[in-house]
Amino acid sequence: MTKSNKLFTILIPIISVLLGLIAGAIIMLFSGYNPILGYTALWNGAFGDAFTIGETVRRITPLLLTGLAVAFAFRTGLFNIGAEGQVIVGWLAAVWVGLAVDAPMVIHLPLAILASLAAGALWGFIPGLLKAKLGVHEVIVTIMMNYIALYSVNEIVRSVLTEQETTTDAIAPTASLASEWLQGLTYFSRMHYGIVIALFAAAVMWFIIQRTTAGYELKAVGFNQHASKYAGMNVSKNIILSMVISGAFAGLAGAMEGLGTYGTISIMSGFTNLGFDGIAVALLGANNAFGVVLAAILFGVLKEGAGQMPTGAGVPTELVDIIIALIIFFVASSYIIRWVLLRFKKEGK
Amino acid sequence: MEYVIEMLNIRKEFPGIVANDDITVQLKKGEIHALLGENGAGKSTLMNVLFGLYQPEKGEIRVNGKKVNITNPNIANDLGIGMVHQHFMLVEPFTVTQNIILGNEPTKKGKIDIKKAEREVQEISDKYGLKVDATARISDITVGMQQRVEILKTLYRGADVLIFDEPTAVLTPQEIHELIEIMQSLIAEGKSIILITHKLKEIMQVCDRCTVIRKGKGIGTVDVADTSVSRLASLMVGRDVVFKTEKKPAEPKETVLKIEKLVVNDSRKISMVKELNLDVRAGEIVGIAGVDGNGQTELVEAITGLRKSESGSIMLKGKNIKNLSPRKVTESGIGHIPQDRHKYGLVLDYPVGENIVLQTYYQKPFSKAAILNYKEIYEKAKEIIEEFDVRTPSEFTKARALSGGNQQKAIIGRELDRSPDLLIAAQPTRGLDVGAIEFIHTRLIEERDKGRAVLLVSFELDEIIDVSDRIAVMFDGKIDAILKPEETNEHELGLLMAGSQVSGAGESNDKE
Repeated sequence: MTKSNKLFTILIPIISVLLGLIAGAIIMLFSGYNPILGYTALWNGAFGDAFTIGETVRRITPLLLTGLAVAFAFRTGLFNIGAEGQVIVGWLAAVWVGLAVDAPMVIHLPLAILASLAAGALWGFIPGLLKAKLGVHEVIVTIMMNYIALYSVNEIVRSVLTEQETTTDAIAPTASLASEWLQGLTYFSRMHYGIVIALFAAAVMWFIIQRTTAGYELKAVGFNQHASKYAGMNVSKNIILSMVISGAFAGLAGAMEGLGTYGTISIMSGFTNLGFDGIAVALLGANNAFGVVLAAILFGVLKEGAGQMPTGAGVPTELVDIIIALIIFFVASSYIIRWVLLRFKKEGK
Repeated sequence: MEYVIEMLNIRKEFPGIVANDDITVQLKKGEIHALLGENGAGKSTLMNVLFGLYQPEKGEIRVNGKKVNITNPNIANDLGIGMVHQHFMLVEPFTVTQNIILGNEPTKKGKIDIKKAEREVQEISDKYGLKVDATARISDITVGMQQRVEILKTLYRGADVLIFDEPTAVLTPQEIHELIEIMQSLIAEGKSIILITHKLKEIMQVCDRCTVIRKGKGIGTVDVADTSVSRLASLMVGRDVVFKTEKKPAEPKETVLKIEKLVVNDSRKISMVKELNLDVRAGEIVGIAGVDGNGQTELVEAITGLRKSESGSIMLKGKNIKNLSPRKVTESGIGHIPQDRHKYGLVLDYPVGENIVLQTYYQKPFSKAAILNYKEIYEKAKEIIEEFDVRTPSEFTKARALSGGNQQKAIIGRELDRSPDLLIAAQPTRGLDVGAIEFIHTRLIEERDKGRAVLLVSFELDEIIDVSDRIAVMFDGKIDAILKPEETNEHELGLLMAGSQVSGAGESNDKE
């Protein structure tokens, strides 16, 4: 039973992706576009040349981290919809340190990254605390925290970091993740060292969840709070810790944008969607660190490749959003896929 | 003889296992027919076949002599078969009548005719002496009453054959007595009953015939009048069962647990334990007898640190452990077999192995510098699985997949392995079959003989009388009396548990 369960966890996302792509092709066909041309454009948009590959990697980086953030909370029974706000505060904190501090790179860069971790962690701590002590549902608090983050950060950018400008100055090169070497390899794409940090973070998540006593406690609390309390675990502490770690991952995603891709922070007219996409990445990755890496790659590829579809095949970019939505739909309705697979297995016997 | 229901040579397979293999059950009109078997023997599968939830691979079902094909529960309902589930299927905020008509609402011009339904429900209730108030809200009535609502539901839908699935598991002794009367009045009105159970005494008390299932196979049907408890038990388990667990007289030593003037409130701030005093000594088993809801749960939670005490003291080997955290309590030498093993005892989604270290994962050798050592964890698990005969495919299997008895064995193994000075066993055999009960009782007595103090909380009087060295009767938050098991009987205990003082021995049943 466990063996077939494992097989299902791998098969369901793959089948969902395939179904999503097929459904996308059908929609293209009915809307009068050529799906083969459309998908070729998508492929070229993501892998066409060194530049697009670099840009694809850049797009994957923050998605991977927000995916980890949501997945980590999920593993401990919490639904962190606040990754979005945690990204924004992490972004601000990283850029702020990048602008304000004057230090050699060995100190400056780690400091800026730490600032993003701390800011994201704080943004996760508040809903964690409210959940643990007062039983306020984390979904509601994190959604509200998203808005608090968005508008407060905009105000800080406008009034504190600049004088009524929309974008800050570029951060000091000593705090930048940008890499001339990687840019050189990829025809001056915005690819940066962040991907290394993101992959490392995935390993960290795996390690915490699978190997440490903290992970054992966090999972136990997620599964059954009563038994955890009976076993002598501090349930409140674990809920808060889970949200703090989750928030730190998302804050780090903000640093990827602030220190890597843009080197600045601008006033945002709306959410970055990195946090919300993280929910989808976590879901598709089955809340497993390795799965999240694969899911982030897929989403990064789809999103980056979509840019090429209007020029390459005349297909609107929104189509990719539809495909992503369909993939999520199929994962979420995995029950149906599971049922069909079981049917086939039965008949095969 | 006329049979209302015949299930002939039923075979039901699931991938990998044969749940029912050639089972025949024939229910006579107007009889109470017991379906006896250990947990996991296939009783529920068989009844689900009858109820149309499963389709059998082989065999046939006849109702009133006619062959029928029951492909879904609606057909079973139409054939007059009703099931009283073990876990009630009731909507708490709804009234009795609303629950009963749910899914089958009588309407008048598109509006639910609740008045008419209430009248009908009340009529049925009065006819069978169920004493249910058709207008009461489910959340306001007792568990026993809720069960009667389930019975009413099947009667309202016109059932002639009622299947009771472990109906006494959730009831107090008084409620069991009333349920038996209800069953008898149902029979008097011409209904037939199938009683699924593994409680032998109940079968002897109310049933006419009994069909035994062992490991999915039909063993046979016996007339209850011609059999005995021990005969039924050996048919069910496949070997002889010792009922009265063998034990030497206790040799109590120093006091391990001393509770003085303990006051504990429940979550509504109502005192559930009221200035309670209790001693448990090393080398003895103290059984707390009492009807559910007299403060037993709160007392155990207070000792184990799961609930705050208001005042008084709890001394473990001379040290005050009142209001310590559960972890500190565990570390100071208490093992706790919790009343609700699914809610408290296990993380069901963790493998058996990881459940074995639920309280010790942070200690060496299971972890070092906060890194888990799975090799050590699973080795320990293997050891306990072997020693306590936990039947599981492997130590990596999720605890959820184990049967209740094996889950309980795993918990007991875990708690005993720490060699606690005091072992608290709350309802340790609830819902288990004779084989597992026998095992658990033997283990508790072994612990006592090793010189440990054991506090047993149970609603089963048999268990209390059989296992304890001293019986403390708990009523309304206090220990009302302390008795020796050989000097009392169920009747006296029953009266004490109901809060009355005993005046001489009444017409007492002999205690097994």
